[in-house]
Amino acid sequence: MDSVVVVGASLAGLRAVEALRGEGYDGRIVVIGDEVHPPYDRPPLSKGLLTGATDLSAVTLRQRPDLAVEWRLGERAVALHAADREVLLDGGRRVPYDGLVVATGATARRLPAVPEGLAGVITLRTLDDAITLRRELAGRPSVVILGGGFIGTEVASSCRTLGLDVTLVTADPLLARALGPLSAGAAARAADHGVTVVHPATVTEVRGHDRVQEVVLGDGRTLPADVLVVAVGAVPATGWLRDSGASLDNGLICDAGLGVVGLPGVVAAGDVARWPHPAFGGAPLRLEHWTNAAEQAVIAARRLLHGTAAGPCAPVPSFWSDQFGIRLQGVGLPALADETRVIEGDPAGDRFVAEFFRTGELVGAVVAGAPRALLAYRRRLTHPQRVPAL
Amino acid sequence: MHVKLDTQNCQAYANCLLTAPEVFDLDEESGIAIILQENPPENLRAVVEEAVRSCPVQALILEG
Ligand SMILES: Cc1cc2nc3c(=O)[nH]c(=O)nc-3n(C[C@H](O)[C@H](O)[C@H](O)COP(=O)(O)OP(=O)(O)OC[C@H]3O[C@@H](n4cnc5c(N)ncnc54)[C@H](O)[C@@H]3O)c2cc1C
Ligand code: SF4
Repeated sequence: MDSVVVVGASLAGLRAVEALRGEGYDGRIVVIGDEVHPPYDRPPLSKGLLTGATDLSAVTLRQRPDLAVEWRLGERAVALHAADREVLLDGGRRVPYDGLVVATGATARRLPAVPEGLAGVITLRTLDDAITLRRELAGRPSVVILGGGFIGTEVASSCRTLGLDVTLVTADPLLARALGPLSAGAAARAADHGVTVVHPATVTEVRGHDRVQEVVLGDGRTLPADVLVVAVGAVPATGWLRDSGASLDNGLICDAGLGVVGLPGVVAAGDVARWPHPAFGGAPLRLEHWTNAAEQAVIAARRLLHGTAAGPCAPVPSFWSDQFGIRLQGVGLPALADETRVIEGDPAGDRFVAEFFRTGELVGAVVAGAPRALLAYRRRLTHPQRVPAL
Repeated sequence: MHVKLDTQNCQAYANCLLTAPEVFDLDEESGIAIILQENPPENLRAVVEEAVRSCPVQALILEG
């Protein structure tokens, strides 16, 4: 292999490059990314970057100086011609590859009820989004947040740190996917910190002429809004692969070792990839967590260089979320659970440990204020087939 | 191989000790990682490198 192309210049893309070099690959590496910024870290975008605790300069991911990469930043891949092993760029240029890493991540989901381009309406996925939101928040607006997942709650928390009026509108209970029945604790914590949580509710209309003024809910109520943050999840960035021959189904379908099904010489990593995790019943998973993107990138790089001998991708999923003065941390897949046990503390408080089971078997654990407690759970959830990354 | 911790930067994410419990621990009081072996043996290189990369705030530095 003489030439590797990576599409997506973010966490998974950068970690894949590092892993390729770490494994001794010394051929050409071209990284294509449609953002103009060099790879940066997304977690601060909803947290420190909004409150001012994190400097703009601190979000850039540190890079080893010896990676020898040709960066093509600000360029967008629009198609993959797998038979010719070429990536087509916006503007018509073609970039040939022997091996391709797809690391295009995900983009913020839009809602039909929310008009595109209305000033004050913001989704949060990129650094540019975060800079826009930060600028808007400086005007001390009243903020409505749509969506009660990690990003919605973190933005609510950051807005409260700034002393802003915040209403969070959510169809599902707050953090339901991550916390299941412990969701009530998260809602109580948000309320304690001055967030008005409206649940269950949806937005049916957004009103305003030059910019957003108010939001209409499904039951006819209206909420005044100077800023509307739409945080209703992310969709995998696979549009450019539409005619590539790859299977697309809530992500780019990969085999157990992150090889893209149907496309020789192509691997995928990060938020875009959907693969059968050998634990958890082998169901195809797509994770949107920082640690997963970093770990998968290493496995995908090895797969590209060593084929199926590189082994399956079986990391223990793990995530964190900083909000309202606490850090929630979890391992496994709590969303699969049919039973939850709080074994320590109070889910509405600063410190707790909770276990998640499915048909009696441990599938996950979530803690706050007790990071060391995760160690044992992580060990228990480690699949025997896990190969240590690099 | 020498591991250093930027104590100003460490945010107690604990990713490092989840990855390499042989080398890292966490002081839950201070919320700062503890390096158990500043010069870990060469056979731990792979796992130490993974731990360094797993730190979300890049507070760990590997030399040599
Ligand atoms: C606001 C926010 C906060 C988060 N907080 C946390 C957290 O606290 N904890 C946690 O575990 N996870 C968190 N995450 C999730 C984590 O950031 C992601 O899992 C991670 O960024 C995934 O990395 P990735 O490289 O797979 O994809 P991405 O980071 O999405 O990067 C994909 C890159 O590819 C580019 N791209 C897409 N299509 C093309 C194309 N056709 N051509 C060229 N380039 C393209 C994109 O512009 C982007 O730069 C957060 C995410 C966001 C948005
Ligand atoms: S992963 Fe980084 S931030 Fe977390 S405890 Fe280790 S050094 Fe500190």
